Amino acid sequence: MASHTEALKTADGISLKLSLQRSLRRKKRNALLLVAPLFLFILVTFLFPIFDMLLRGVENSITEEILPTTVVVLADWDPALGKLPEEEVFKAFTVDGQIAAKAKIISRLGKRLNYEKSGFSSLFRKTGRKLRKFDPEKLTSTYKENLIKIDKKWGQVETWALLHRESGSYTKSYYLAALDLTQNAEGNIEWKEADSRIYIDLFIRTLWLSCLITFLTILLGYPIAYLLATLKSKTSNLLMILVLLPFWTSLLVRTSAWIALLQKEGVINDTLVAIGIISDDSRLSMIHNSTGTLIAMTHILLPFMILPLFSVMKTIDPSYVRAARSMGATGFTAFRRVYFPNTIAGIGAGGILVFILSIGFYITPALVGGVDGTMISNFIAYHISTSLNWGLAAALGAILLALVLALYILYDKLVGVDNMKLG
Amino acid sequence: MPESNSEALVRFENVQKSYDGEVLVVKDLNLNIAKGEFLTMLGPSGSGKTTCLMMLAGFEPATHGEIYLDNVPINRVPPHKRGIGMVFQSYALFPHMTIGENLAFPLEVRKMSKSDRDAKVKKALDMVQLGAFADRRPAQLSGGQQQRVAVARSLVFDPDVVLMDEPLGALDKNLREQMQYEIKHIHDRLGVTVLYVTHDQSEALTMSNRVAVFDDGVIQQLAPPDVLYEQPENAFVADFIGDNNCLGGVVTEESENSCAVQTADGSNIRANKINIAGKGQKSTLSIRPERVIVNPEDGKVPNVFQAKALELIYLGDHIRTRMEVCGNDQFYVKIPNSSHHADLNKGDVVNIGWNEYDCRALDAQ
Repeated sequence: MASHTEALKTADGISLKLSLQRSLRRKKRNALLLVAPLFLFILVTFLFPIFDMLLRGVENSITEEILPTTVVVLADWDPALGKLPEEEVFKAFTVDGQIAAKAKIISRLGKRLNYEKSGFSSLFRKTGRKLRKFDPEKLTSTYKENLIKIDKKWGQVETWALLHRESGSYTKSYYLAALDLTQNAEGNIEWKEADSRIYIDLFIRTLWLSCLITFLTILLGYPIAYLLATLKSKTSNLLMILVLLPFWTSLLVRTSAWIALLQKEGVINDTLVAIGIISDDSRLSMIHNSTGTLIAMTHILLPFMILPLFSVMKTIDPSYVRAARSMGATGFTAFRRVYFPNTIAGIGAGGILVFILSIGFYITPALVGGVDGTMISNFIAYHISTSLNWGLAAALGAILLALVLALYILYDKLVGVDNMKLG
Repeated sequence: MPESNSEALVRFENVQKSYDGEVLVVKDLNLNIAKGEFLTMLGPSGSGKTTCLMMLAGFEPATHGEIYLDNVPINRVPPHKRGIGMVFQSYALFPHMTIGENLAFPLEVRKMSKSDRDAKVKKALDMVQLGAFADRRPAQLSGGQQQRVAVARSLVFDPDVVLMDEPLGALDKNLREQMQYEIKHIHDRLGVTVLYVTHDQSEALTMSNRVAVFDDGVIQQLAPPDVLYEQPENAFVADFIGDNNCLGGVVTEESENSCAVQTADGSNIRANKINIAGKGQKSTLSIRPERVIVNPEDGKVPNVFQAKALELIYLGDHIRTRMEVCGNDQFYVKIPNSSHHADLNKGDVVNIGWNEYDCRALDAQ
């Protein structure tokens, strides 16, 4: 063979590759135009807000905005020396604080710093009130003494250390808080006190419950999917409607139905008492705890397991098992060695779907979870709508996202995403 | 072929099968398959042939009757204990295993040692000329190669009987013919008993020792291929196997070996008496296209009629001519493309004729 081949050309001498590219360009442009509206929609309404939200997890411009000059002079101060800042810092704070107090925005900073250390909200409110009436002309003492007179916390190094730490445009404190960590006065990262650690346990519980729910849906969904895939199409279509029926009712209704079934005075407990299996004063508590979350979420997420399993099982030729049996394999061996390995793609697809859905599930744990059945998403919602600590909510959300991505990569390494079949 | 019960390796005795309790798919099947025989079940789809195969393999229970394997009743023996190899139309190669693992599977479940297993797998793959493919996945092989692997896998554990359910149905024509010979040669070499199901008559005639023609859940005729073609016993078999001309009529005369049949247009045809209900009853005459003589010499054949050529199709080695004769315009004659063949044109009227022996009087259709 010739060692080099000449580039192919079309009849009029243009390179074949170039000519092909030109002819495909139109096709590509059409494809791009077709997806453009949806892409723009998602970009504006979904991707951009998510990015903005995630940014809030590190964003900390509030100190700079409210105390612009204080931040500059405080930067030179080293809290590790254990001495209070110089007079100029107190002066700058008084000037900044007075402007902010008159604009009625100083309490915002107090609220922000209160996330780091309680007491700051009231400190800033009190200081703001005094500074609004403060007249520098009538100042008899130093700015330092004046501020300490307003509140003696201004005479403590920790107060200024915190202000110093949170004076940058970005902060890691939300992420630390989301991981139950805190920074001490020296700026070292350490665990929060044992009784105020909640998020690590919550993450672990969320992951554990999600794993359990995924496992339960596999356990319950596999036989159903098998039945659906092997029955005659007439019967299996009918059964498939039953599987899909829950989608026709609201999630809220289905969850409420579980409340009616599982509560202390509910249908299941009443029945068990009536037939004498349990006594009236030992009714089972199956709701407002993790059992309730587990039961209700397993039920709600079951279709998401059954559907991918079904579509994978549908493609498995029944003659595989027959062939295995004709070659001497018992029914169980044929299942274990031949049928089951061919359904792994479906288990993987259903598993990852259910797991990701349950890790971020909100409504059901909120309604039936009680205290020990709530998940991380409930706390994210709490910080978004009740405590208004959006930075912490963003940090929790970002950690959740990172966890899902990490598990996805792990799954890809173990099973291979290419093997995933959704139908 | 041996017909006595004691020599039969597989025996169906009064087997009936119904799926819904209303229709019998297999009606009273009695069939003996001798050791080493290649028996084909041939029939249109829905004739019950695959059901018979599934009953023998153990995937469908017989509704009534008993199946014997080596004189042991096997109705209650589960499929994996029957020791019957099987080749499926879809090949059923396990996609998650390599070719080698596929072949080793039956040996593994029999707890054979690794070294024995490897030797047997290699031998089986060599038999189908795929020795170099042991590490490939089924999806990496062509249809014909997958088919050969499926055959090798069904034989690797030395079963007494191998069942093949339309194994060549998914291959193209050339490959199919090649595989027919290959399977035939493997059968000759190993002496294994094969029960083969197909709806392709040329496949059945090429490969089999005997062919059982199925229709409507009943074996219409069980005979070696040549007998089946030349001496069909009823109108269904005559029509199903090979090209055939059918002429309907009423029996007017009946003797020991021959009869006369009058067609609707009044022609009297002398025919070989095979399977008629009696004088005055309807009958179907079957004449093979190649047994029809164009312009026969006077007095040489008893049946001579005027025919009009309606259509000529050139097929290389012969010219297939559609003619109108005895009131039937779907009468085909095969004119060999020899150096002095009759030169017919469309619309020509000629005399055609045939022997009494070649015209078989069968049951009414």
